[in-house]
Formats: sequence, structure tokens, C-alpha cells
Amino acid sequence: MPVNPELIGRVFPPTAPYLVGREKVREFARAVFADDPQHVDPAAAQALGYADVVAPPTFAMVVQDQTLQQLLAEPDSGIILQNVLHAEQRFRYTRPIVAGDELTGTLTVTAVRDMRGSAMVTSEAEITDAAGAHVVTATSVLLVGEGEK
Amino acid sequence: MIAVGDIVAERWVQISRDSLVRYAGASGDFNPIHYRDDVANAVGLPGVLAHGMLTMGLAVETIVPWLGDSGRILEYGVRFTRPVVVGPETGAQLKIVAKVGAIDEDVARIDLTVTSGETTVLGKAQVRVRLA
Repeated sequence: MPVNPELIGRVFPPTAPYLVGREKVREFARAVFADDPQHVDPAAAQALGYADVVAPPTFAMVVQDQTLQQLLAEPDSGIILQNVLHAEQRFRYTRPIVAGDELTGTLTVTAVRDMRGSAMVTSEAEITDAAGAHVVTATSVLLVGEGEK
Repeated sequence: MIAVGDIVAERWVQISRDSLVRYAGASGDFNPIHYRDDVANAVGLPGVLAHGMLTMGLAVETIVPWLGDSGRILEYGVRFTRPVVVGPETGAQLKIVAKVGAIDEDVARIDLTVTSGETTVLGKAQVRVRLA
């Protein structure tokens, strides 16, 4: 198996706070063909009770990605980026991400399973706001191949 | 009121290489298999692929106008089962259909079917939403 099984249960330090900018939300919304006004128009978001524009649901990936970079940088992981395929993705929300949020992600590796020479690595990034309240948990399953010997 | 089997939203999205570059910049995912033919070929792919997270992201957005408030989304998960090849001239056309899969009191499971041509590209693409 190309991945170190001792990664299971490993918890990474919280990522540096990520400040969600209004223009970043608009840029991301445009990129995922999200044309609903709540993503781009502060007045439309405020009419729904939010302080500013609401990020599309998969925006959480931007913060989760910072946590996955920590995993990839771990010297003993055995994971090589070019051998990685994204197999599954899940988000569990307490609330949507809104411009102005300051978000921190904390990654835990929850499973490493042997898959006939490849490995399935499951990790959970718990994303919290500046007050420490839960916003969203992002779970990724990565299929890590052996690559060329 | 909605019932199991109802289609609550559907749309077609035409994506191009430009869309992939735009998503790379917006998301920070600059893996070159999403914009360079030579790199995609070198790693044995059939061509430049759309980011799985782009497909996942545009799929769920199909139901946001119907929901009215994206804060009603409690959970969203997908499996990336088939790649979306994006040709330099033809791009790719994705069809998204959102159907009610189950209802449990005030929570519904919306099943998203995402196809590129005849191929279903996401597996078990399910969104749990709060109805009230």
C-alpha cells in the first residue's frame, strides 16, 4: 500500500484564518455558474438574513484544500500528488459561508484502506468561524495509486 | 408541496476550456490536467478533464434558485465516477436533473443526475435540504 497506515487518527494543526472576501465569493460563484442573486448581491443576501453575499455550497473546498496541503506535505505520508484521484466529496453544513467570515480548518485522517495496491484515504476537515463555531465539515476520499516504480 | 419523484430543477451548462481556467483561478486548483493537453496525455487521460469540484459545484447550484436560500442545504455528497473530457473547441455540455429522492418530515433528499452526453459523471450525488 502506497500510504502510511499510521496516518489514521492523525490531527493536523488548525490552518491560518482565511478571510472570505466578497469579490472572492463573486468570482467563485461565476466559476460554478451560480447566478442566484444571494451569491453576488449583498442586498439579496441581506434579505435572506445574511450579513453579506453567501458563498456557493462547494466554496468550503477552498479552506479544505489548505488542510489537504498539510496532509500532502507530511513527510511520512507516502502520498504523491500526481498519483492522487479525488474519489468522493461530502459537505455537512451548520450554516453557509458568508463574506466576512474568518475560517479555520482542522484536518483529521479518519481512514486509510488498502485497495489492491492503491489506498483510499478518508479525511475530515472541520471548518469553524472566528468565534470557534462549526460552519461545515468537509470530507474527502482520495484514491492514492502506487505510481511508477 | 413536493412528492418523491418530482423534478424540482434542471438545467444544461455548457463548459469550455475557459470555464476550467476560470475555476482554477477561483478555487486555487491549478492541477495542469485541467488545462494542458500534453500533461493530460502524459498521465494517460483521454484529454483535458473538468475539475471534479467544478462539476460538483455547478450541479448543486441548479437547485439553489428553487430552494431560495442555500442555507437550507444540510449536506451534499458525490462520488466522482466518470471524468468529463473538455475538448478545446467543443467543450462539454452537462445536463443536471434534480429529483426528489426521499422526504422525511421537513427534510428532503434531492438526487442530482449529471450527464455529459450519454455518460453519468457523478455517482450518488445527493443533497439533503431543509424544506421548512
